[in-house]
Amino acid sequence: MNQHIKTLQSSGNQHSNQQLKEIHAPVWNEPVVLEMGYPGRRGLVLADVEPQISALVPETDALVPESMRRATPPALPEMTEPEVLYHYLRLSQQTLGMMSMSIFGTCTMKYNAQINEAMAWRPEVTELHPLQHEDTLQGALEIVHRMDLILRELSGMDQFVFQAGGGADAAYTSAAVIRAYHASRGDLEQRNEIITTIQTHPSSAATAAAAGFKVITLMLDENGYPSLDALKAAVSDRTAALMVNNPDDMGVYNPEMKEWVRIVHEAGGLCFYDSANFNGVMSKLRAREMGFDACMFMLHKTFGAPKSGVGGPACGAYGCTEELARFLPKPIVVKQGDYYHLDYDRPESLGKLREFWGNFPVIVKAYAWTRAMGAEGISQAADISVLANNYMEKGLLAIRGITRSHPDAKTPRIDMTRYSLQQMKEETGIDVHDVQNRMTDFGIDALWTSHEPWLIPEPFTPEAGEMYGKEALDRWIAVMAQISDEAYSNPEHVKTSPHNQAVHRLKPGYTDDPESRAMTWRGFKRKHA
Amino acid sequence: MNAIKPHPYMANSVPELQQQMLESIGVETVEDLFVQIPKDHRVTRPIDLPPRLSEYELRRHMVGMLSKNHTTETNLNFIGAGCWQHHVPAAVDEVVRRNEWLTSIFGEPSSDHGRNQAWFEFCSQLGELLDMDLVGLPVRSWGMAAGLALRMAARQTSRHEVTIVRAVDPERLSVIRNYCEPPEMENHIAVRLVEFDPSSGKIKLDDLREVVGEHTAAIYFEVPSYFGVIEDQAQEIAEIARAAGAMVVVGVDPISLGVLEAPINYGADIVVGTIQTLGVHMHAGGGTGGFIASRDEERFASEYPTLFISIAETIEPGEYGFGLGLFHQSSYGLRDKGNDWTGHSVYMWAIAGAAYMAMMGPRGFEEVGTQILQRAHYAAQRISEIKGLKISFPNGFFKEFVVNFDGTSRSVAQINDALRKEGIFGGKDLSAEFPELGQSALYSVTEIHTHDDIERLCSALKKVISK
Repeated sequence: MNQHIKTLQSSGNQHSNQQLKEIHAPVWNEPVVLEMGYPGRRGLVLADVEPQISALVPETDALVPESMRRATPPALPEMTEPEVLYHYLRLSQQTLGMMSMSIFGTCTMKYNAQINEAMAWRPEVTELHPLQHEDTLQGALEIVHRMDLILRELSGMDQFVFQAGGGADAAYTSAAVIRAYHASRGDLEQRNEIITTIQTHPSSAATAAAAGFKVITLMLDENGYPSLDALKAAVSDRTAALMVNNPDDMGVYNPEMKEWVRIVHEAGGLCFYDSANFNGVMSKLRAREMGFDACMFMLHKTFGAPKSGVGGPACGAYGCTEELARFLPKPIVVKQGDYYHLDYDRPESLGKLREFWGNFPVIVKAYAWTRAMGAEGISQAADISVLANNYMEKGLLAIRGITRSHPDAKTPRIDMTRYSLQQMKEETGIDVHDVQNRMTDFGIDALWTSHEPWLIPEPFTPEAGEMYGKEALDRWIAVMAQISDEAYSNPEHVKTSPHNQAVHRLKPGYTDDPESRAMTWRGFKRKHA
Repeated sequence: MNAIKPHPYMANSVPELQQQMLESIGVETVEDLFVQIPKDHRVTRPIDLPPRLSEYELRRHMVGMLSKNHTTETNLNFIGAGCWQHHVPAAVDEVVRRNEWLTSIFGEPSSDHGRNQAWFEFCSQLGELLDMDLVGLPVRSWGMAAGLALRMAARQTSRHEVTIVRAVDPERLSVIRNYCEPPEMENHIAVRLVEFDPSSGKIKLDDLREVVGEHTAAIYFEVPSYFGVIEDQAQEIAEIARAAGAMVVVGVDPISLGVLEAPINYGADIVVGTIQTLGVHMHAGGGTGGFIASRDEERFASEYPTLFISIAETIEPGEYGFGLGLFHQSSYGLRDKGNDWTGHSVYMWAIAGAAYMAMMGPRGFEEVGTQILQRAHYAAQRISEIKGLKISFPNGFFKEFVVNFDGTSRSVAQINDALRKEGIFGGKDLSAEFPELGQSALYSVTEIHTHDDIERLCSALKKVISK
């Protein structure tokens, strides 16, 4: 038995009896919705059109040109309201999510406060049209402006914009602002390279490439971050910008970052700080004070708004210096006296990256989160998340088969740590995917591995965050210890997991193979009839 | 570590627990864990934010601000232009607010089975509306879907120009431009605009024939167009594209597809559009979302930037689950070598859309489409009876139509200001974006607008233009 399990069981911890109990997920065997219902049933019926309308307006056939009329009705299910409601409620029950515990690295899983949801679902949010006159949006614009001020204080930037519908979208905003800046100086054709690092989120590299830049990706040194020499070799008069996170996706903080910024600036490039991993350093540092020209916050993770299955609706708040603010997507919310304006009169603006002016409900939730936390709460959350990560590290490294990436980098990781199960795989055949599946039998959301490419074999990267208590972290560690024990004593049990979920593992490769994959029900019927 | 009140969101805000963890690690203070961050990286002054609020204080504060908004529930709204007011059933709201999927992240197909199935059911039902069997998980807006689809077409054809009819939402066009331009960038895609016919609002086919050629990657047009017009030359447009070896990308509002033909049946290769009209509130624009769809052929599938969710056999005979498909070709899989980029999107609205489409069914879509047509045409007819007002493109529109005010002595801005005093949000002012249309506004009429609502609008219009 692993030391950690023994310790838990002998510690007198009142929770220890529950530590390793397995759960059982609901098994509803719910059919695909297109197989449900009965012809003629309705889930929603509209009132008849008033006679005055029918008297004046011709039949539908006269209103739609014949060539454009739908010939065959869509083969949608025909269901009553309760049939639909309970079908989706049953599906929601078959979604583990954070119902027990999820510490998915780089995603900063945190509590989505119910008061925030309640506020965002009020009609003063849901029933607003974005193009209403600003007279009628004063409350909404005030919240946006207040959030802007909070983010300025946290980052040191001069102006935020909320148009981006997620973190990657904010990275694209960054790439677009970088384009606009160099275009305004007439050197965009020459400055066509963006430098990033291999442990910066893939979206920085991907959005830079989509925006038309050549991407230079710096690899890591033994100490877990790229060397200054590597940066110097990459920088030139073709450098448009640096797009980088810090700490990176392994929790490693690059202590030379100020020097990096100096070097890139000296070469004429801009510096964008992807604050995706802000949770461990919030209130500890400001991107602007480190010299960065722009940064991005993900309101849907760091600021407590939901991630919704890595799906959103999300909001990437992009902030920059006064010098770059003229290029920002428009409109910008500005306060004049006690009145809030949507400022469209921005001649150098790059225009729109997403329709309208921001993901307002997400801003509402993020603003409410910052107000519920206050400066002390935010600072404490950073402390707790870093403390919890390092606490977990001690427990996890005591487990057989688990090692830490970059053993030469001795200083503590910030908000997450990259581990490897390579030793376990070599000794037992159990890989990280097996462990992911077995974890869910304990009601714990599968661990996160790593972004591609896997620099560390069989990687995993927990990010404890500030929400979960010590006993919950202990349970996570104990489950890993239990799975390690099983890997060495009964690997088949791990290989065939999960045992307690609604369905078993998918057949490998099935969702990619053109012969088998089916992204819709009609595709499935065609391929598998 | 700050000695402040334990926080309801943070279980380890109890000081004893922090002490226990510090002792376990073997450090004195939490500050010892930040040694990797040099002193000169640290904040030069402490963070200064408004004070922490209790839940009740927060509620008062938020409600106080929100109550300054004037909603489309207490006013009569005729603004559409990319974000539309439709009825959202209460059951859809109940489904979409569930905490289970709100708080989920990727998970495993076995443990997040229900959410994956709901996503699959969204794509599947949208596929039925579109008559297409490859539907990606949603992107952040219609404009983004159009921009990404045009990039797919450019990659697929190895061509670098797209043709777009100018009767397109200027906001959407700006998004598209930001996905295709600027010209300094290598491999940029030039955006070529084709004029619309000033009498019908439809694309000028002769102009289109002139600009489309062997350099054209795709023609992009919308049904209905920004002006609400049902572009009935769709088949001819598709033929022009085919003849040039270009692709046909069509934008649609899916709530129209109970009465309007699915674009694949008039020649579309890739279809994009909004998902907001499928059971998502406007949320001040936060309800915006887009989709990309096509036939499930490798030449299309291999170019998608989106994630997919595929039904799949499990290792248990006879059992099915749902998992991400073609992940490896996305930016998650290949970073800058992937197809453009993906990331957080609006997948929660996909769940709303799944519930909405299941509630509507084929008859619901036919009914809502029919009602929109009838109510919108009634409104247009009644407005056109008002002296000085004219419907710019009176034939063949869906739910939006252009009202011209040149016959009055007032600007759209003045009229909308006056209407607002009557509790009415007048249509979107087009006069700056389409000066050739004069003083015009885009009115949106949907299934929510009753006969009385429309009559109230007409009375108010008569009143304000006569002032």
